[in-house]
Amino acid sequence: MESTERPNGPAAAAFVAAGVGSAALGVFTILAETFERVASFMELYAPVGPLSGKTTFAVVVWLLVWGALHGAWRSKEVSWKMAWTLTLVLVGIGLVLTFPPVFLAFAPEE
Amino acid sequence: MKLTAFELWTALHGMVFGAVFLLAFAGGLAGLYGLRREWLSTAGIKDNVRRLTAGTWIMAIAAWLTVIIGTWIVYVPYRAEPPEGADLTMYPKFNLTSDPSTAAWHEFGMEWKEHIAWISPMLATAVAFVVLYYGLEIAERPYLRRALIILFTLSFVAAGIAGLFGAFITKAAPLI
Repeated sequence: MESTERPNGPAAAAFVAAGVGSAALGVFTILAETFERVASFMELYAPVGPLSGKTTFAVVVWLLVWGALHGAWRSKEVSWKMAWTLTLVLVGIGLVLTFPPVFLAFAPEE
Repeated sequence: MKLTAFELWTALHGMVFGAVFLLAFAGGLAGLYGLRREWLSTAGIKDNVRRLTAGTWIMAIAAWLTVIIGTWIVYVPYRAEPPEGADLTMYPKFNLTSDPSTAAWHEFGMEWKEHIAWISPMLATAVAFVVLYYGLEIAERPYLRRALIILFTLSFVAAGIAGLFGAFITKAAPLI
């Protein structure tokens, strides 16, 4: 089968960016839970509350990072081990920080 | 058999777009798993990739529609604050948190669901992009195929958790 080998850069960029987006959502969740001012800032649409900003900004971060990494790596063969490890770590951070017992632990005492 | 507007949006969110994503996962996983040079002829790989490309993009779009409808439409009446003396059955979040025996459905279930769900479409889009961009080459790159399977599965798990709690919460405090 004819195969035109493309560099792995674009795949690495897509995966790492998805990891960054996931981690960003986790970080924004923790920050909104910890600081009232951040929660207010995140309230882009009052009926939805801070979730409107947490998710919107996480998606914006994801897209910006993806665009930047794709631009930087599109013609490159990057270390797949590095990219894949980074992806898994970042997705893991996102999954952990969006787990209620974790982020609610940062909520100020009432 | 009439549905209110809220019920219709909830159905679209969970039982249409959410369900499309979750049900299509098995087919996508089988397609990725079988995308191996040593298992398929060239024609078979081309056919597999064509279906995988369509399937992964349909899933990514379904995931985005699910979370957008869930967050920007369905979540609004769910978390609406009731006026003094209101019937709490019309205000699911406050209905659940008013009773210690049901509070965890919101404080754990909804709090987890509303956040983890958004990880799913980002991962699903990454998978769909890589399938589209690399196409036939995936069959020649086992490391890429394995990574796609793992990320695809993580996307499904995130969506599955959100869907599971969504179903339970709707049962405990339906949005009318």
